[in-house]
Amino acid sequence: MKNLLILGAGTAGTMMANHLTKKLPKQEWQITIVDQHETHYYQPGFLFLPFDIYTEDQVKKDGTKFIPKSVEYIQKKIELIQPEANCVQLEGGEQVNYDLLIIATGSTIAPEEIEGMDGPMWHKNIFDFYTYEGAKALRDKLREWEGGKLVVHVTEMPIKCPVAPLEFAFLADSYFKNKGMRDKVEITYVTPLDGAFTKPRAAKALDYLLEEKDIKEVTSFNIERVDYENNKIIDYADVEVEYDLLVTVPTNMGDSVIERSGIGDDLNFVSTNKGSLQSKEYENVFVIGDATNLPTSKAGSVAHFEAEILTENILRYIKGEQLEEAFDGHANCFVETGNGKALLIDFNYVHEPVEGTFPIPGIGPLRLLKESKANHLGKLAFRWVYWNMLLKGVPIPFVSAKMNEKGKKLETVNT
Amino acid sequence: MKKIIAQKEIDVNEEGYLLDFNQWSKEIGEALAAENDITMTDRHWEVIDYLHDKHQKEEPLSIRGIKKSGVLNVKEFYSLFPGGPLKKSTLIAGIPKPKSCI
Repeated sequence: MKNLLILGAGTAGTMMANHLTKKLPKQEWQITIVDQHETHYYQPGFLFLPFDIYTEDQVKKDGTKFIPKSVEYIQKKIELIQPEANCVQLEGGEQVNYDLLIIATGSTIAPEEIEGMDGPMWHKNIFDFYTYEGAKALRDKLREWEGGKLVVHVTEMPIKCPVAPLEFAFLADSYFKNKGMRDKVEITYVTPLDGAFTKPRAAKALDYLLEEKDIKEVTSFNIERVDYENNKIIDYADVEVEYDLLVTVPTNMGDSVIERSGIGDDLNFVSTNKGSLQSKEYENVFVIGDATNLPTSKAGSVAHFEAEILTENILRYIKGEQLEEAFDGHANCFVETGNGKALLIDFNYVHEPVEGTFPIPGIGPLRLLKESKANHLGKLAFRWVYWNMLLKGVPIPFVSAKMNEKGKKLETVNT
Repeated sequence: MKKIIAQKEIDVNEEGYLLDFNQWSKEIGEALAAENDITMTDRHWEVIDYLHDKHQKEEPLSIRGIKKSGVLNVKEFYSLFPGGPLKKSTLIAGIPKPKSCI
């Protein structure tokens, strides 16, 4: 019996367990998945929780329900990955040996990277919304907040779901309008990038929306520290931005087990072949989702597309066949723009987000890079798709792992 | 597009970044710096050497990387190349503008 070990039962790890259990012969392969947490969070829901659009129960479920029965689930902390010895050490001294390893340990926020960020004002008037605790604390704060300067801030790239902070700013605009207090709130969007988004083409469409919603923009802001006593953020060029309420996306880093094991970069992301998803250092180790160092978005849609390709490559690897460098960096994101509308962007390693239709070329029903109510409904419907199809590895009709180039006005990125 | 600088013709993109590092020389770097109101000192060149080294190893450049470089701290980086230090220093170094486009 051979052992396939998956580290992390988040979006990517859970999908891999579901895909592989259907494909690997049960007499030959035992699949094991390790995660220290019992709860599986619907992370896209963290954007809606602060605005009372989603309830707590809508964004979390018992994670074990999504792991197939034939897969062994170990709920323990991972202490060390030892790829030279093909084994993993768990808390309490348990050792798990593997023939094939999939690292799906994700990414998490590291507010301690910036001086003053997670000090005494953390979750008092400085919040994140990338964790369940942060999003919930922020919801409680917003319910009673009487207005002032709201600063939505991105610390450094890369971050999980790079559009989320912008969506937060758009939804905040709607939220305060609905509460009849938009005139009491000044919203400022602060980013280390040149513009609103990482891709210039989409940034143009998004900059326009910021202007329309009277959201001020501060770009090229590389934060040095948070002066929590005087309520301002300060960058290396000594530019200061004052806030009454700071909603920040802290530095995103890979799991600390990657650092402990010495297998990641400065941000604890694992060096991964961008086409095959195999580790660059160990041939029987594969990496998926936010844990990789790939130059594409860290997002559930990316993990979803990667999962299909990685499943095929693992089957090839087991048969001793050549791996296919098939992953094209495909990402697909709904961008909430407030007032019941959203836009949709679709891009990969080489193509910028473009205008067109999705998922069926020429038909849609969703329009790319254009605001619409249908896109918003798509985003809300996606929660059901996530729990009922995506995690379980059920194919989503018309949505393919590789970006479809039909029905789109394509523009290649200059590199 | 073509650009004449320090009596040499170079190929640059619309933002003024060199398209071919082989066309770069110290004189061109100096002239590009002057266009950005920067007078190069030995300290500036140490930073450019560091950038070239990283570029050669295909290691991505970032403010975080500068922090850990051991060459200089971020404050000094800003004071040597005021405004956008990564953008300006890479332009002078003749290497592509760093992307955090993901």
